[in-house]
Amino acid sequence: MKKLTSAPYILWMAVFIIVPLLMVAYFAFTNDTGEFTLDNLAAVSQYSNIFIRSIWLAAISTVICLIIAYPLAIILARTDKSYQSTVLMIVMLPMWMNFLLRTYAWMTLLGNNGLINGFLGIFGIAPKRMLNTQGAIVLGMVYNYLPYMILPLYTVIEKIDKRIIEAAQDLGCNSAMTMLKVIVPLSMPGIMSGITMVFVPAISTFIISRMLGGGSNLLIGDLIEMQFLGNSYNPNLGAAISLVLMVIILLIMTILNQFDDDEDRVLM
Amino acid sequence: MKKIVLLLLTITASMYICSCAHIDDEETDTGVTSVTVEDSDYYTRFKNDGLSINVYNWGEYIPDGSEEGTLNLNDEFTRLTGIRVNYTTYATNEELYAKLKGGGATYDVVIPSDYMISRMIKEDMLEPLDFTQIPNYKNIMDKFQVTEYDPDTMYSVPYTWGTVGIIYDTTAVDETEIDWDILWNEKYADSVLMFDNPRDAFAIAENMLGFSLNTENTDELRKAAEKLKEQKKIVQAYVMDEIFDKMGAGEAVLAPYYAGDAITLMDDFEHIGFVIPKSGTNLFIDAMCIPRGCRNKEAAEMYINFMCEADSAKAVSDFIGYSTPNQKAYEMLEDEVKNDGISYPDDDFIAEKTTIFRNLSDEANLTMQTLWTEMKSSEEQTPNRVIVPAFMTVCIIASLVILIRRYIKKKKDIF
Repeated sequence: MKKLTSAPYILWMAVFIIVPLLMVAYFAFTNDTGEFTLDNLAAVSQYSNIFIRSIWLAAISTVICLIIAYPLAIILARTDKSYQSTVLMIVMLPMWMNFLLRTYAWMTLLGNNGLINGFLGIFGIAPKRMLNTQGAIVLGMVYNYLPYMILPLYTVIEKIDKRIIEAAQDLGCNSAMTMLKVIVPLSMPGIMSGITMVFVPAISTFIISRMLGGGSNLLIGDLIEMQFLGNSYNPNLGAAISLVLMVIILLIMTILNQFDDDEDRVLM
Repeated sequence: MKKIVLLLLTITASMYICSCAHIDDEETDTGVTSVTVEDSDYYTRFKNDGLSINVYNWGEYIPDGSEEGTLNLNDEFTRLTGIRVNYTTYATNEELYAKLKGGGATYDVVIPSDYMISRMIKEDMLEPLDFTQIPNYKNIMDKFQVTEYDPDTMYSVPYTWGTVGIIYDTTAVDETEIDWDILWNEKYADSVLMFDNPRDAFAIAENMLGFSLNTENTDELRKAAEKLKEQKKIVQAYVMDEIFDKMGAGEAVLAPYYAGDAITLMDDFEHIGFVIPKSGTNLFIDAMCIPRGCRNKEAAEMYINFMCEADSAKAVSDFIGYSTPNQKAYEMLEDEVKNDGISYPDDDFIAEKTTIFRNLSDEANLTMQTLWTEMKSSEEQTPNRVIVPAFMTVCIIASLVILIRRYIKKKKDIF
């Protein structure tokens, strides 16, 4: 019976996850006539600077998201229960708007004649170049992916048993110690899933860098898109780049999980 | 009660007057409001067969009735023939190519540009047209009847054409002679927009260097890429249709773009000007084709024929601003449009100074793509030397932290 109910999900996963993954791998290791080759993977190495830039910008965005989201999640978890859902809704509100529209709005805000520079102009500050920079890309990533960091953190912190915190205080912990020794370790699973949920989409985004980076700060996402919709149609190289990206993400996630596992065992 | 009735009457009367005035306005507009076809018998063959065709066209490239007083051409076609039109759009030739190449979708009519048509012909992706089914082909101007991309005139019927020129902000640009080199002028640093597609961007550099726009010579391509790299430090952004917003808002002052779009932009904004550089430019033609695997070729040819009706072609040209290759529609245009020097440059200029894109060889395309990626990802603007060392440091710190934690834990486990 159990098997029967899970059959649709297994079928779904096979058709829409496993098969596409195998196809990506197949394309990555073949040329356009279908013969086995390693040229595609070798060709990826010439784009190493784009890879490093993507990882770097995604990492910065993730860290900024974490720094902003953590205190917010704690505040959220401690608000009166009757307000909590309202506050949570306000946090989620931007997500109801279309992703492209939100990013597009930043274009008009950050432009040389945009609202922010217009505001600065009132005080006689010369317009600053804000759009089409790496800073703008990071801003776009943080803005768009922040809710994905807040949600898992809030869920985990909200579940922490108040008695544990009280016990820590009884045993002589000051608030900084409670934070460091009790709340942070207990919220580690939330931090991990938050990091994953922000880092992975941030590293593979292409529309944010196109719109806010002015097209001259290429990221991996742009590079993959160019292989399919660019001047030369090259799905094999596109697949190879995607494969390398997946391996890199896997590697980074494994490194991060090291922290997670450690914490779990300490708690036990 | 009487008063209310009177009031209602007054309101209705005034509304009626208003709407009359409105109709008067529309009548002064020369826009096409209905399509008169030459041979209406031709269109009624499939009237009751419940057919439908899939048309795949550029975004905003057909009158869709969205502006008042314009007609919806697809609806007109359906009304006339009883054939339903499933209309979808794409943004680039390459997107269309990838969609057709990837399979999975069938289209009956597609409208690619010149070089993409020759590529599709070469790869046997197009169905030869039966020109006896497209009697209105005779409306197409002689100069567009024989083209380099479709040398035997077997696969395509021109839909629109245009040239590439420079859109500029008349309040900020004071040069009287504007040519391509203005896009390299440091005076306009950070105010120049550039094509975000390699073919058009390379064409500008090749034009300046005196190379053919269809060069496949690796050295020449490399030199063109060098030229573009030189320009990168004054380019504000590489964009396509975002040009409308950015030029309109005064965010940028110079941008190369297609003439038809420039006309739309000039209609909306006072401060926008447009020139076709004297030194030469690219002339593009978008033409209707039928891809292999289409389901209903005759209905598709009927659609193509309908688009070649003088009224349809004029409606298209009026609505999207691009030039029409249709002689009869051209004759219906106002002199003002014919002679503005933007939509219809004189024949000598077209013959001597413009080049139509040809499909490049796979190697040349690949070289161009690689050089383009290299150019775009080069960091001349802000040499960011910190990234690699910083990345390495982060990695090392992360692994050290893991090691130390493990060590501490092991010690704890001992006790």
